[in-house]
Amino acid sequence: MRRVCLPEIGTFDAWRNEARALLGAGVPPEAVLWSRGEAEADLFSEPLPTPEGAPVSVSKGFVELARLVVWHRDPERFARLYALLWALRGERHLLEDRGDARVDRLRKMAKDVSRDRHKMTAFVRFREIDAPGANRRRFAAWFEPTHPILELAAPFFASRFGDMDWSIFTPDLSAHFEAGTLRFAPAVGRPEIGEDEAEELWRTYFRNIFNPARLKVEAMQAEMPQKYWRNLPEAALIPELIAGAQARAEEMARAAPTLPPLRAERILARAAAVPAGRDGFVEALHGCRRCPLWDGATQAVPGEGPPDARLMIVGEQPGDQEDLQGRPFVGSAGQLFDAVAARVGLRREQAYVTNAVKHFKFTPRGRRRLHQAPNAGEIQQCRWWLDLERERLRPALILAMGGTAAESLTGSRARLGVRRGSVERLEDGTPVLLTWHPSYLLRLPDAQRGAAEAGFEADLRQTALWLRELPRQESEEGGAAPRAMRSPRDI
Amino acid sequence: MNNMAGLTLDEKLAILSDAAKYDASCASSGGQKRNSRDGKGLGSTTGSGICHAYTPDGRCISLLKILMTNFCIYDCAYCVNRVSSNVQRARFSPEEVVHLTLEFYRRNYIEGLFLSSGIIRSPDETMADMVRIARSLRCEHHFRGYIHLKTIPDADPMLIEQAGLYADRLSINVELPTDASVTRYAPEKKPAQIRKAMADVRLKREERKDASFTGKRPPRFAPAGQSTQMIVGADGANDAQILKTSTRLYSGYELRRVYYSAFSPIPDSSAALPLVRPPLMREHRLYQADWLLRFYGFDLAEITEAAPDGNLDLEIDPKLAWALANRHRFPVDVNRAERELLLRIPGVGTKSTQRILATRRHRTLRYEDLRRMGVGLKQARPFLTALDWHPRGLDAQDLRARFAPPPEQLQLI
Repeated sequence: MRRVCLPEIGTFDAWRNEARALLGAGVPPEAVLWSRGEAEADLFSEPLPTPEGAPVSVSKGFVELARLVVWHRDPERFARLYALLWALRGERHLLEDRGDARVDRLRKMAKDVSRDRHKMTAFVRFREIDAPGANRRRFAAWFEPTHPILELAAPFFASRFGDMDWSIFTPDLSAHFEAGTLRFAPAVGRPEIGEDEAEELWRTYFRNIFNPARLKVEAMQAEMPQKYWRNLPEAALIPELIAGAQARAEEMARAAPTLPPLRAERILARAAAVPAGRDGFVEALHGCRRCPLWDGATQAVPGEGPPDARLMIVGEQPGDQEDLQGRPFVGSAGQLFDAVAARVGLRREQAYVTNAVKHFKFTPRGRRRLHQAPNAGEIQQCRWWLDLERERLRPALILAMGGTAAESLTGSRARLGVRRGSVERLEDGTPVLLTWHPSYLLRLPDAQRGAAEAGFEADLRQTALWLRELPRQESEEGGAAPRAMRSPRDI
Repeated sequence: MNNMAGLTLDEKLAILSDAAKYDASCASSGGQKRNSRDGKGLGSTTGSGICHAYTPDGRCISLLKILMTNFCIYDCAYCVNRVSSNVQRARFSPEEVVHLTLEFYRRNYIEGLFLSSGIIRSPDETMADMVRIARSLRCEHHFRGYIHLKTIPDADPMLIEQAGLYADRLSINVELPTDASVTRYAPEKKPAQIRKAMADVRLKREERKDASFTGKRPPRFAPAGQSTQMIVGADGANDAQILKTSTRLYSGYELRRVYYSAFSPIPDSSAALPLVRPPLMREHRLYQADWLLRFYGFDLAEITEAAPDGNLDLEIDPKLAWALANRHRFPVDVNRAERELLLRIPGVGTKSTQRILATRRHRTLRYEDLRRMGVGLKQARPFLTALDWHPRGLDAQDLRARFAPPPEQLQLI
């Protein structure tokens, strides 16, 4: 039988070294007796076994498990860990087996330690111990963890309270952080730590953030077990808060509504005076309830462009990005449009860009919103806004991109593949050039996209050409269709 | 109302924390990891927040949750701070908020600050004061703990942009589930404006997520994301409407959390509200449904179809309710079923699903294994099969009654 006594400070590293050596020497778990922090002479009573053969390698998962379990207060923890390490030699996947009783036991211990560590990071309460004015402010705390976890938990405090000196005393060890250096020392019992006046403010906060109308004492105790209460300055208030809660809640319910203070009316009147000055069209559009699409969208997206633009470009509806930004064609379809337009010398700034439907229609799916095509009713209702935009702008040419724009403007989305590239006329004679919607191109498989994009590019080229010829045409022909285009169809 | 000058810091703290307690959120999780190991500052964030204390209402205290002031020019019926209420008013100076935050933090009482405010003078001036506090903490005091700012939707976008550079999380409360309710009970608030502000936060976060072409990363914007809160039970909206609003908020604005806060009686309440107090269980069921939507692959329709009147069953949880209404899909074989199906078994959570999948790669699972994996077998038993477990009674008429309270009946199975 070998006796291994681990030191109280640096227990994990010591256990790892010993376990490594024992495993290397082939010492079975039943032949080792582990202990921590007893007579130091014992440590050297047995010579360390000399490691033989190659160094043992073990999964990262085991090391993580051991790093927690060594701090459990169960006296058998070291032996259980070594037994598992021993078993892992033959069963390499043992750790992944969540049903194995040995692994389960150790995982439960790790969980206990981890929870205790977490509670320590939550429930340590520092008190300031030196008069303010010292170079680094100094604080101290007494804490009683369930397991001897100070060494495990102290680095958290060193990372958090980097600009102050502090000590934490526990029944097991004490930790001291001075000028950026962390060290551990043996237990010294519970020291006297003087009162700290900040605790009174903290109790005031605790008392007032509590809502007496919703008492859930069990939920509180599950998370803040009573064993921690004696070192929490706020816990002394708990009994009186619970005792008075019901009466306070009933008092609130009983109290009749009071009359508003006199100043309320004056302040509300001042707040109601809304600054005016925005575009009436945009204001009205934002208040649109003609169809249900407004509910769920961020905002209506009006068209934008120079008020005297000769070209009006109409797309389908705002997408995710357009809905967020409140501007048309800023998403990926807009980017494709800009890229193709640049190739044919057409600039978006020359045109008034808008959509046939002004609100984004979508289905929520997790963290994304999936585009949904607007239906005939929605297109019909929103046409009211498009007509208003057309009246305001009186464009010389409209570029209708995609089926929805075609439907809204010409009344039909049928056979777009045949009709695209041609000009149709609205009732007032305005020519409409039909083309694909750029997002349709984005959805096409690569093999088909080339041809469709070429068609789209040709249509934009035609539009650009027509725009350049416009001043001459207007004077000569009074707004007739450009020569380069095919003859218009009746609609 | 000019009795404010005489208030001590302790008295102000009492008034302004009392006024802040109706905000449910106290989370300090998410975002970047920081520490002060270099000795040049104070504070750290670990990614998962810490609850430093619990009050007897079962809520955790993670942050110093206070109002800068409870003076307010708005008149929201459900709010204790509305202009027409007679509560005592107080106002912190920015220095006082900074002082309280740092001193509480140094004593390990809190993870950081959750600052909210009534609206004084104008939304812009209020927001500017809040930004000033956050800037002072970050830049003058090198505070590296958590900061959550409640933004004011009507404030200048420039101010919200600055807020996002100092704060870990921003939130804007939608307050009530439907636009109609907001218009009715919070006449000064504009639902469209609230959505627009949330859209702005999402856009700014995305803008700053990508490194520029020089490879330099711009400062992160609200690294712990944004959240919002809905008050449940103050208006007539049912759970289906509430959850519908949530799914839209999650999908549209990448919210980290939607908080549901059961309407709670407030001192000096407004006559405009019907003071029927909603059961706290309703809030709990909404959170469960919210989780099913976000982590268990449930559709909104699946959750609400089991609730004919649009409200979730208060006696049993929504996952069990769905399973009872869809018994033809059970029992599920834990040794064969895919992840999506395992997640549908009542009593099986995301963690136990992970464990089932990992272990069954090596061997076939038995009933006892499931217990060790953390499966809630009381619930799960009738809905799954394992190597040595084949349940009966899935068709039993009284299956629901066995789960509904009182809990003693559970042992009859």
